[in-house]
Amino acid sequence: MANTHAHHDHGHDHAHDDHHHGPDKGVMRWIKTTNHKDLGTLYLWFSFIMFFIGGLMSLVIRAELYAPGMQFIDPEFYNQMITLHALVMIFGGVMPAFVGLANWMVPMMIGCSDLALPRVNNWGFWILPFAFSMLLSTLFLPGGGPAGGWTLYPPLVLQGGASFPLTIFAIHMLGISSITGAINVVVTIMNMRAPGMTLLKMPLFVWTWLITAYLLIAVMPVLAGAVTMLLTDKYFGTSFFNAAGGGDPVMFEHIFWFFGHPEVYIMILPAFGIVSTIIPTFARKQLFGYDSMVYAVASIAFLSFIVWAHHMFTVGIPLAGELFFMFSTMLIAVPTGVKVFNWLATMWRGSMTYETPMLFAIGFVFLFTIGGFSGIMLALAPVDFQYHNSYFVVAHFHYVLVPGAIFSIIAAIYYWIPKWTGVMYNETLGKLHFWLSAIFINVTFFPQHFVGLAGMPRRIPDYAVQFTDFNVISTWGAFLYFIVQFIMVYNFLRCAIWRKGMVPATPQVWEGAKGLEWTVASPAPYHTFEDPPHVGDEPAAAH
Amino acid sequence: MAGQGRRKARGIWKLLIVVGGMFCFGFVLVPMYNAICQLVNLNGKDTAMLVPADQVVEREDAARTVKVEFVTTVNGGRVFSFNAEQPTIEVHPGKLYTVNFKARNERGEAVIGQAVPSVSPWNAARHLRKTECFCFNQQPFAANEEKLMPVRFMLDPELPADVETVTLSYTFFDATAFAQAKPETAPVQSQAVPKS
Repeated sequence: MANTHAHHDHGHDHAHDDHHHGPDKGVMRWIKTTNHKDLGTLYLWFSFIMFFIGGLMSLVIRAELYAPGMQFIDPEFYNQMITLHALVMIFGGVMPAFVGLANWMVPMMIGCSDLALPRVNNWGFWILPFAFSMLLSTLFLPGGGPAGGWTLYPPLVLQGGASFPLTIFAIHMLGISSITGAINVVVTIMNMRAPGMTLLKMPLFVWTWLITAYLLIAVMPVLAGAVTMLLTDKYFGTSFFNAAGGGDPVMFEHIFWFFGHPEVYIMILPAFGIVSTIIPTFARKQLFGYDSMVYAVASIAFLSFIVWAHHMFTVGIPLAGELFFMFSTMLIAVPTGVKVFNWLATMWRGSMTYETPMLFAIGFVFLFTIGGFSGIMLALAPVDFQYHNSYFVVAHFHYVLVPGAIFSIIAAIYYWIPKWTGVMYNETLGKLHFWLSAIFINVTFFPQHFVGLAGMPRRIPDYAVQFTDFNVISTWGAFLYFIVQFIMVYNFLRCAIWRKGMVPATPQVWEGAKGLEWTVASPAPYHTFEDPPHVGDEPAAAH
Repeated sequence: MAGQGRRKARGIWKLLIVVGGMFCFGFVLVPMYNAICQLVNLNGKDTAMLVPADQVVEREDAARTVKVEFVTTVNGGRVFSFNAEQPTIEVHPGKLYTVNFKARNERGEAVIGQAVPSVSPWNAARHLRKTECFCFNQQPFAANEEKLMPVRFMLDPELPADVETVTLSYTFFDATAFAQAKPETAPVQSQAVPKS
């Protein structure tokens, strides 16, 4: 490990020109920065803006669904809203938020000074605003934005107008950004851990991100291939998916979901890592079953490659295929169950306190599990024929994504923002934010199970009158959930910008927090761990 | 440092190769998908159900009657009108039947049509034999031309006992953009051996 020290001595011969001084002043700091903390901050701000835009789109959708019949918008615009809501939330909200957290925390957790490829990191971030400007600009084109659903199924998507090529190019750019970020994370984790930080001592957030990065590297290129085929089908006369020329539109669904299912886990594995970090801190116990947690994440990642056809049980796959994909899907419940029970066992007889990050983490465990159970229901091929394309599916994936992925992101920010900004957020407002969010998220999405089971299809702007009451409840929940997020915005903005009068944070911040990031000052200095710390034999992993 | 720099560079190159490999893999899925569809006789799209007319052995099972339904769809717009002469017929497995489909080009210009077949239920698809089908070739139409197009088919006697109805669905596409330079004339003789 001698070369780790040598690294520091020669660190300035490449890439990091600003290695030994503070940040530049003004806006050029943010444009030129190669600092992992600056880029983490940029990713998180970007993701916040995207969550806001995507959230507004969901409010347009819910307002339209407040009553049967057409209210405010026409069906074409409704279809554009559901398509863009999904693309913005997935590629602009959840994924950049996790990349932002990885930027901030992975180097600090493994004790290195920055990511392996700081300039690539800068590039990976700055692609995103351009990609989303291009995607969202389609709303102002004649014919409007993409309206065929985020899954881009042909032949429908090929009938799009001017928005089609812009959407495809935007997806290509998002893919490049994700792949560069993922390569950066893998190379950093594999090569730059502090001496003594063996793989099985890494914090679980680092583990889950390592596996997520491998998933990204494996499947984002497949998505790029699929959308390239769409592009050539539309403009260059190929017939990958055009039945008239000998292609098969069902094949797109196979290729897309070969990407799409691992993508689902890309959006949840880092959340598992966050919750596995927060619960031990506030239960004041080691994480129960660290090794099994690592193996469970690896198993989930492996299984994610062999379950894709459960998204398309109804397209007419042979019985043996239905059975294979049904059982492989249900198998995922085993490692997921291991994780949930390990979290419960970590809390068991712990000295628990309920600060805001812990509340969100517990909310995650409870509500994500509800989403997991509805997932098991959908995994059953025979019943999926009824649930397919119903609002039950909408309820299912919003339960795993909103109180799943998004609650974990919120929990992570509450947990680490004292480290980032050097001040404590307002705990009372944090708790209020949690309870209102937890209530309204259920008001929004729980009734959608009922309308789905009763037969309301997804992706429609109008519905039969018997679904009205539950849709009214759902719309109220969505608007109130959106409004209460401003409690969080106020709380975080005070930490980030108006720090006056706020309680300064100690380096340790949380009594039960363990790990390298808590050994540096709060706020974390611009450069940390230029001299790598030595990780001893104490179970750092346990955190 | 040099050691670590080299290790990092090697790691980056390996990952980039994985990225390139997975991009190609997306395209490799295309022939893989077609091969698997052939292998499992999926959805009536494979050519294995083609049987040369002189190789068909008729073993009529007169005791059993199966209903065959014909579904016709025109893809997008009103380029064609397209119907089966009879919407359903009753057949005995092991006997050849001919059904005519009528298609008319509704446009005042020449168009090429291509029918894409589909068979359900899934376990009937591999027991369908066709000696002749308009779906094997592109069908050129002159302006406003109407054509009678035959399908000559047989359900083999091994058709699973629980199958009482077989649906043959044909979707008619405007394939003018995909016109083949030389429309094949006799694909039946040139292709595929029957499956035992």
